[in-house]
Amino acid sequence: MTATAPAQAPAPGDKAPADERLLKTSLLRRLLGRPELGSVVGAVAVFLFFAIVADSFLRASSFGTVLYAASVIGIMAVPVALLMIGGEFDLSAGVLVTSSALVSSMFSYQLTANIWVGVLVSLLVTLAIGVFNGVMLTRTKLPSFIITLGTFLMLTGLNLGLTKMISGTVSTKSIADMEGFESAKALFASQVTIGGVNLKITVLWWLALVAVATWILLRTRAGNWIFAVGGETEAARAVGVPVNKTRIGLYMGVGLGAWISGQHLLFSFDVVQSGEGVGNELIYIIAAVIGGCLITGGYGSAIGSAVGAFIFGMTSKGIVYAEWDPDWFKFFLGAMLLLATLLNAWVRKRAEATR
Amino acid sequence: MRTHRKAAALLAVCALALAAGCSSGGGKASEEKNGEGGGAGGKAVTTDRLKIAMVTHSGEGDTFWDIVQSGAKQAASKDNVEFLYAANKEGKEQAQLIDSYVAKKVDGIVVTLAKPEAVKAAVQKAVAAGIPVVTINSGGEHSEAVGALSHIGQEESVAGEAVGEELNTRGKKKALCVIHEQGNVSLEARCAGVKKTFRGTVENLNVEGTNMPASTSSIEAKLQTGKDIDTVVTLGAPFAAATVKAKAGAGSDAEVNTFDLNAEVVRQLKAKEIGFAVDQQPYLQGYLAVDGLWLHRTNGNVLGGGKPVLTGPALVTGKDVPALEKYTARGTR
Repeated sequence: MTATAPAQAPAPGDKAPADERLLKTSLLRRLLGRPELGSVVGAVAVFLFFAIVADSFLRASSFGTVLYAASVIGIMAVPVALLMIGGEFDLSAGVLVTSSALVSSMFSYQLTANIWVGVLVSLLVTLAIGVFNGVMLTRTKLPSFIITLGTFLMLTGLNLGLTKMISGTVSTKSIADMEGFESAKALFASQVTIGGVNLKITVLWWLALVAVATWILLRTRAGNWIFAVGGETEAARAVGVPVNKTRIGLYMGVGLGAWISGQHLLFSFDVVQSGEGVGNELIYIIAAVIGGCLITGGYGSAIGSAVGAFIFGMTSKGIVYAEWDPDWFKFFLGAMLLLATLLNAWVRKRAEATR
Repeated sequence: MRTHRKAAALLAVCALALAAGCSSGGGKASEEKNGEGGGAGGKAVTTDRLKIAMVTHSGEGDTFWDIVQSGAKQAASKDNVEFLYAANKEGKEQAQLIDSYVAKKVDGIVVTLAKPEAVKAAVQKAVAAGIPVVTINSGGEHSEAVGALSHIGQEESVAGEAVGEELNTRGKKKALCVIHEQGNVSLEARCAGVKKTFRGTVENLNVEGTNMPASTSSIEAKLQTGKDIDTVVTLGAPFAAATVKAKAGAGSDAEVNTFDLNAEVVRQLKAKEIGFAVDQQPYLQGYLAVDGLWLHRTNGNVLGGGKPVLTGPALVTGKDVPALEKYTARGTR
């Protein structure tokens, strides 16, 4: 797979016939060329599999649970996928979610301020950490793996150290009785019932993020920059793409995602354990990769990351619905994900061959 | 110049937000109004300054070990002891930490035996070097073999059995045991203990302990499948809250019961969202370990007479809440 920008869809009503690059391709062809195609097939396969082996999997209420599990991963998988298309990693994404929740909770509590003040301060902090990652990366030119590994460890320590120093214990104090809690909870951790399905609001956040990210990637100049930076950095710089700004922006995107996830974490429980979140960064990356993002950058999609998160959610909950031996949970999870990804790769290869 | 202006604007926004947004309920202000003394700070004795180290298998940010430490620190400040603490989940790393304290020639070491094989050699080296060792928490059956003075903790299987019996008296038929760290020996022992005495059936469920939303949805999925589950036993306090949430999501009316206490669990006991909690009094484990070593150093005492000293299980229900609330709020119960 060479690094390429996505084939620009020909503008409707295009009259210039001579250039073959502007030839209209059929809808099927265009679908086959999308990065997320393989993962969609994988998702359908996983869905059918659990529909057959687990009788309670097909219930409407179960669907709500699976969607919730997928959305919690998906909200972070979207910005992480964008970052990977831009050719970089963020290992601090998992604990950054916890940091976001901790900042919000402790700021409001310690100053006895309205909850919304803490929520906004938390947004500023997560974006600032994103800028820190981005600036460190662009200034030092070290691999993002090392830079964000450092941030990951520092944040893990800060989460614990600051929480203990400020709250006296390793979890935050309850903020459920403070002003603004109910309205913030409604925005970040409420649920709606549609046709017997309990839909958590995180699902809506997730879909909105996917839509916005897809629009940015396919319809804006910033989207082209992201593909260019991840594909061939020096070439991109040579044609005038603001490489550094794009990267910093991508890290800020991860900060934004972490902020949303973090606020959800806080407002669904009203207290936060400071040690949480370690290891989740890999799950976000896994979701993006299952969804068709290349680890080397330059290729992938936001919709793909959503499908990847959905596969992960279906598999991890499907095993519970199927009532398999819990001791083997991790084995089944790994095997299912591997199979889904193999299917994904196979389909993509086929699709490219027919092009 | 531009950055200056930006920073100033940022500060102004923060100040404005602060001025506009004060909460009239809860928060630090209400805590201060209630006026709560912490568990630390006591009067020192006149014995020589000792140095006692504690090495545990705690993960990062675990509430439970935080309470153990508060107990140990309280005893340390009372006994004129300098208290040192280190922890690592890996048995091998834990052994190295013990070695380093032996090299430092501390006056006593407190150790957990979650992975007895891994730390055995290090503990024996400490004993050989003339440093008294007290073991705490789980692994009481290995304590004597590694040469420790005494063991202070809870027998995990005994605690599990107590839960099983309590579930019998509550007339439960099918229990779900939620393990938040797969492969942890003491957690498995708790579930096995429940299984031993409980007359109904017990099913285990492994969840991702470091990921609350994922834990919640896994428990929710399990409750949707097993509609006949009428009680859920969680093995750590934060997971009780996750189960209460999952229960609502799954439309289940199973009773939630949990091991260990924290402020949130006490609130839920009060609100009747949780049936009972099993307290193993972690504060006591930290306190007695340091105090025991101090007594051994200064008065030649040995605690327990060769048998483990049990700090639990103590069953706590909504009735006990009024007495407990203020202790959990300051993190000593």
